[in-house]
Amino acid sequence: MTATGTPMVKAEGVSKSFGSNEVLKGIDLEVGAGEVLCIIGPSGSGKSTFLRCINHLERVDAGRLSVDGEVVGYRQHGQKLYELKPKEAARQRREIGMVFQRFNLFPHMTALENVIEAPLRVKRVPKAQAVARAQELLVRVGLGDKGSSYPSQLSGGQQQRVAIARALAMDPKLMLFDEPTSALDPELVGEVLDVMKGLAASGMTMIVVTHEMGFAREVADELVFMDGGVVVEAGDPREVLADPKHQRTRAFLSKVL
Amino acid sequence: MSESIQARQAGAVPPPAGARAEPIEAVKLRHPWRIVFAIVLVLAVVLFLIDAAQRTAYGWPFVGKYVFDKRISAAAFVTLQLTVYSMVIGVALGLALAVMRLSPNPVVKSVAWLYVWIFRGTPVYVQLVFWGLFSLIYPHVFLGVPWTSLGYSLSLSFMQNAFVIAVIGLALNEAAYMAEIVRAGLLSVDAGQEEAATALGMSWGQTMTRIIIPQAMRVIIPPTGNEVISMLKTTSLVAAIPLTTDLYGVARDISAVTYTPIPLLIVASLWYLLFTSILMVGQYFLEKRFSRGVNARRPARGRAAGSLAAAGAPDGNDLGGKG
Repeated sequence: MTATGTPMVKAEGVSKSFGSNEVLKGIDLEVGAGEVLCIIGPSGSGKSTFLRCINHLERVDAGRLSVDGEVVGYRQHGQKLYELKPKEAARQRREIGMVFQRFNLFPHMTALENVIEAPLRVKRVPKAQAVARAQELLVRVGLGDKGSSYPSQLSGGQQQRVAIARALAMDPKLMLFDEPTSALDPELVGEVLDVMKGLAASGMTMIVVTHEMGFAREVADELVFMDGGVVVEAGDPREVLADPKHQRTRAFLSKVL
Repeated sequence: MSESIQARQAGAVPPPAGARAEPIEAVKLRHPWRIVFAIVLVLAVVLFLIDAAQRTAYGWPFVGKYVFDKRISAAAFVTLQLTVYSMVIGVALGLALAVMRLSPNPVVKSVAWLYVWIFRGTPVYVQLVFWGLFSLIYPHVFLGVPWTSLGYSLSLSFMQNAFVIAVIGLALNEAAYMAEIVRAGLLSVDAGQEEAATALGMSWGQTMTRIIIPQAMRVIIPPTGNEVISMLKTTSLVAAIPLTTDLYGVARDISAVTYTPIPLLIVASLWYLLFTSILMVGQYFLEKRFSRGVNARRPARGRAAGSLAAAGAPDGNDLGGKG
């Protein structure tokens, strides 16, 4: 763990309910800058909700969640928290890239247009500069020749790689991946994981909700097993996967491995 | 034995080179009744045309005389202006109302609901009569502090101009229908799109204008084309205001002098048909433009039928109003 300075993500007792359904029941976590955290767990365990709380797509009900020392979704004055205006929340979000299970590329734009959209509109980067950077990113995810293709003309794996390039175009300091390979055909999973490995190797801070245990073992600095809205077990991925301490972790792993 | 193998190859798996399967040369299925039906229909139409050409009541010489009459073409231009202006205002207002209906703000939401309730719930004809009488109720409005003379009195004399009343009346009614069409379009866009845009740090306005509305257009355009065509014909109701410079109004005025109502009805219908035909071509190209990035197979007729069904409620209602 990098002990230098504030952690990139810090969660203390983060809780979230949808109506009477308590999805997160006090999550404590810390992710240092440059670290890769993988979250595994059965569906409905709250992994995706937690991820969505980090960039304020969902509102945290209780506890504290901060990114790079800044409380997510609120401004702190003394002990009091003030809800952020939409504009301020948007400013926080643009530093956090997110990749979705279902890609969510903009279907009416080409791959290149998808990548330059946010830099152009949100950051007001000059067009030539945005295009050059987007082209660079598309090459980086192995799609340098697909800039003019519409999402519907790309395979699932290619779409997800464009989605990664789109998130990277905002130069985020943190990347969130919400089951990025779950909607892909098995033979396309590898190409997306390879891009993510490269990203991890370049020092990007990443939180990855995944079912890819091989990826977790190889790339993650820390592995968290969530179930029923709580962190059941956390630690070095090789140790957790090889020798889970908790009964629930063991039961889950015996089903997926 | 070898025959059955060949048959199987002809099915799914492409045969290896050299063992190419023969193309099937089967006798085509015939549809004799289609031909019979077509012949009967053509005959009926021909008989009708021959008969119609001989009937003096149609007044064909009058049709030829008035179809390019300057008064008629000028009136057709008025009808076109009424359609364009009221549609432009109607679409803009409808878009605003649709966004309001989907707003998280309950006040804004209720206002939009109330508007649609009133303007969709009363006939256009009645609304047009009402707007024609509007200046009798409100000759001017006073903007200022109530029960004092502090403020500004705004003259509403422009509400005595029949053309202005017509545009306002038609546009306000149209907005209610457009609001529903636009709302359906906005709701048709996958929620993941808004989420992705939000996650990129785009504001709500940017998300709407750049991401949601362009995708909603694909759903909005076909029924809107339908509305434009519908509006073109609804303009004939401006007689209620009364405004008589539109196509149907002028055709009626001329026939009142010449005692030839039937040929002038035909003349007016020909002009309406011409405009709707042009609009249909325009709609085709608009639909093409907004289906970028969507590879879905689009049999032009099938799609139009589907969209008509989608816009069924407003259209049916409109026709009811005209009757």
